[in-house]
Amino acid sequence: MSTPVDTAANAANAAAPQSKKDYVTDQEVRWCPGCGDYAILNAVQQVFPELGIPREKFVIVSGIGCSSRFPYYMNTYGFHTIHGRAPAVATGIKVARPDLSVWVVTGDGDALAIGGNHVIHMLRRNVGLKVLMFNNRIYGLTKGQYSPTSEQGKKTKSTPYGSSDRPFNPITLALGADATFVARSIDVDGPHMKTILRRAAAHNGSAFVEIYQNCNIFNDGAFENVREKESRSENALYLEHGKPLLYGKDRKRGLRLNGFHLEPVTVGENGVTEKDLYVHDEHAPDAAAVLLARLPGPPETPIPMGVFREVTVPTFEDKVREQIRDAETRFGPGDLEKLIRSGDTWVVKSA
Amino acid sequence: MSTTEKTPAGTRRVETIDDVIIRFAGDSGDGMQITGGQFTATSAIVGNDIASFPDFPAEIRAPAGTLPGVSGFQLHFASSDIYTPGDAPDVLVAMNPAALKVNLGDLKRSGTIIVNKDAFAQKDLDKAGYKSNPLEDGSLAAYRVIALDLTRLTKTALESTGLSSREMERCKNFFSLGIMYWLYGRPLEPTLRFIKEQFKKNEKYVEANTLALKAGYTFGEATEVFQITYEVPPASLPPGEYRNINGNTALTLGAITAARNAGLELFLGSYPITPASDILHEMSRYVNYGVCTVQAEDEIAAVTSSLGAAFAGCLAMTTTSGPGVALKTEAIGLATMVELPLVIANIQRGGPSTGLPTKTEQADLFQALFGRNSEAPVPVIAAQTSGDCFYAMYEAARIALKYMTPVILLSDGYLANGSEPWLIPDLSKLAPMVVRKRTDAAGFHPYLRDPGTNARPWAVPGTPGLEHRIGGLEKEDGTGNVSYEPLNHEKMVRLRAQKVASVVQDVPDAEVFGRESGDLLFVGWGSTHGAITVATRHLIAEGHSVGHLHLRWLNPMPKNLGAVLKKWKRVVVPEMNLGQLSFVLRGKFLVDALSLSKVQGRPFTESEIVEKAHEVLGGLR
Repeated sequence: MSTPVDTAANAANAAAPQSKKDYVTDQEVRWCPGCGDYAILNAVQQVFPELGIPREKFVIVSGIGCSSRFPYYMNTYGFHTIHGRAPAVATGIKVARPDLSVWVVTGDGDALAIGGNHVIHMLRRNVGLKVLMFNNRIYGLTKGQYSPTSEQGKKTKSTPYGSSDRPFNPITLALGADATFVARSIDVDGPHMKTILRRAAAHNGSAFVEIYQNCNIFNDGAFENVREKESRSENALYLEHGKPLLYGKDRKRGLRLNGFHLEPVTVGENGVTEKDLYVHDEHAPDAAAVLLARLPGPPETPIPMGVFREVTVPTFEDKVREQIRDAETRFGPGDLEKLIRSGDTWVVKSA
Repeated sequence: MSTTEKTPAGTRRVETIDDVIIRFAGDSGDGMQITGGQFTATSAIVGNDIASFPDFPAEIRAPAGTLPGVSGFQLHFASSDIYTPGDAPDVLVAMNPAALKVNLGDLKRSGTIIVNKDAFAQKDLDKAGYKSNPLEDGSLAAYRVIALDLTRLTKTALESTGLSSREMERCKNFFSLGIMYWLYGRPLEPTLRFIKEQFKKNEKYVEANTLALKAGYTFGEATEVFQITYEVPPASLPPGEYRNINGNTALTLGAITAARNAGLELFLGSYPITPASDILHEMSRYVNYGVCTVQAEDEIAAVTSSLGAAFAGCLAMTTTSGPGVALKTEAIGLATMVELPLVIANIQRGGPSTGLPTKTEQADLFQALFGRNSEAPVPVIAAQTSGDCFYAMYEAARIALKYMTPVILLSDGYLANGSEPWLIPDLSKLAPMVVRKRTDAAGFHPYLRDPGTNARPWAVPGTPGLEHRIGGLEKEDGTGNVSYEPLNHEKMVRLRAQKVASVVQDVPDAEVFGRESGDLLFVGWGSTHGAITVATRHLIAEGHSVGHLHLRWLNPMPKNLGAVLKKWKRVVVPEMNLGQLSFVLRGKFLVDALSLSKVQGRPFTESEIVEKAHEVLGGLR
């Protein structure tokens, strides 16, 4: 048995400065050695104390899979639910208590296979949930079957001759569901991940963050192109609002809009200057974010990292609460005695 | 008892009768549910006891005039207390040949048929599959047939309104209702108020339907067709203030009342499904009563969002029917594991699969008791009458909160849509709620249990110092930490079972209506209450040694149940399934419970139960 929670340390000092250790539980972390999940846990534990939110206001909700063990390792309120249903459980929490900071931790199988329906509906409603989707392109906890993000033809235990499925692109899926905040990061890039986590926390509405996460047991090297520092500086395109789409070690390569395509070009060659490059606009209501999301990746194009889209739309919970407040203003607080007598009533006198 | 009175149409008799059963039947577009509902409401207001049984097709508008498109509404009203919509109607109001054909078989021998003669053209007869016109071929000779030109009469009455012919025709249900009001001496005012409210967005429909209703009434008065009118005096119900209520409304009000008495917000996550949707509709209107509703993307999201709201401190519930419960099963298991309060209301319908969406059945008892993986016990309560849905819902919520457990509430299509006069409860007399919210962090562990009930504390997110994790993995006793320890697992399985078993302290002892012991005991549950009650009275009046025990809690069952069952020579269990309760009683109590099954999407009639009793009692002689 663990020791009872120390009240004095937390309750009285909710607003007091917090540190990473406030968010560490006494539970032994049981991911495989070398798993990318450790780095994500570390980043979250570092970012939460900075957000100015009392610890008791955090709720982490997860489904099933390796990623979904996350809540057990965070000293906040946590709910490890059932496969695929975390967004729906979290929706109930957030609508009931909009003041809570509710985070959903999920994986590519949990969010996009069994839980696909809840993900798209959460995003279209714009429920104020922060969704961290660890994408390792494999089922880890069930020991190595292909997932909805595995590449076509992938040989796994359940696809010995290669999978026949075409994969989802999680970013285009989220954009297609009209998500109001869509971003990508990677487990090995701690500073970038923390920036994105802060941005997600600050967003008012659903924040969908795909985190490339290496499963070194069942799908090692899935993100080889952007994993090592060297290759990342060559292949990753760091999206910055209002800045031209530049990438590459010497920042000479860029993307130019050609018809409805983003075309890789080299600045200084064939008369191309920085002014010809497409300028990233996070708030654009049009399809630019989709073009970025659909880039095929190396060797033809870079892989974008960062915020694809952030737009401001009223949240679901705010709309629901507003409607309740409006009804209270219009009709007054409900009088139960009146309600149970609604319609015609009559009195039977004692004989 | 009868008197005579002078009317312009000549000398008429007013006959005083104790009870009448009327069935209104027509196309699903003919407004029969409104007609029946209005007659019911008005009869309740004049003080009759009532029981109604709406019976409509699953299709919104099946092809007009065909047999599958027939929608019916049976109503029983009386000056004495009644428990069912009655077996065979005295009067059938049939708006077309299809309605006549579908319903004639149920009508009492020598019963009255009122038909709309205008709807008996050759094409209408063809659609209903009549080879010859039943109004002319003598096939209805055993009945009293009153054939009226309802369509023509309605149109004549509405000539001045400027409505199209089609619009005028659609008012014929109010015209026929007017005739029936006259025939049974009912006032028009309640329906006139209803028309004003219902059509308030279109003044010309208010005018037209008002005219049609009044014209029907006047027609009844003026015509010589009806030589007898009827008076059904008020019933001697227990004193108090009454309203008319159906099961879904009662359930809605029970939930709002429970949340109010518990000082909690009510959260309803639901997905539309017949016959439960009306609860979602009604609840969504009452957001100023501390209610928050979410129409989820599917049945699973409906229950899981509710479970999330329960974690966040709401009185949470979800409403559905059998197929929806099937989808919610895994989440109910999770609720059992994380021990959060949650009410799952199953408004049962005919199954399996999509089955008979608009028809009633009570075949989800096994599903409620056993329908989860592993050992996942859940308290199960069943409402007995439409009005009782209020109390059953209140009780389900009270137990969910007191024991920190999901609770399944069983209602069915018959209770949901049927209505009865309801003695408005004194809210201050309802059982108090126990809410286990904890704020004190000293010595807190999420799975430390209350000694009396085994309930764990409710530590709601936002409470400083009580941060903790819950989830579907097995818990270590006390701390709630994940544990794979073999002995801990068995301990927790037993603890969860023991917690649900201890709900028995809140379950009143079973009481038998009739005598203490004897030849035949009926054991029922849910909506068979009315039919078994009248059958038992009938048998007792015949001099038989019979009793009736109706189970409200199906899990846990009353402490004294085993002992009571053993006092009877025969136990008969009437159920709208293939014998689910009788199976459970046999397994639990080693009693030879005989099953009386009916799975036709329709409730039991009194005579079906009486007949079975005669057979069983005959075997005892």
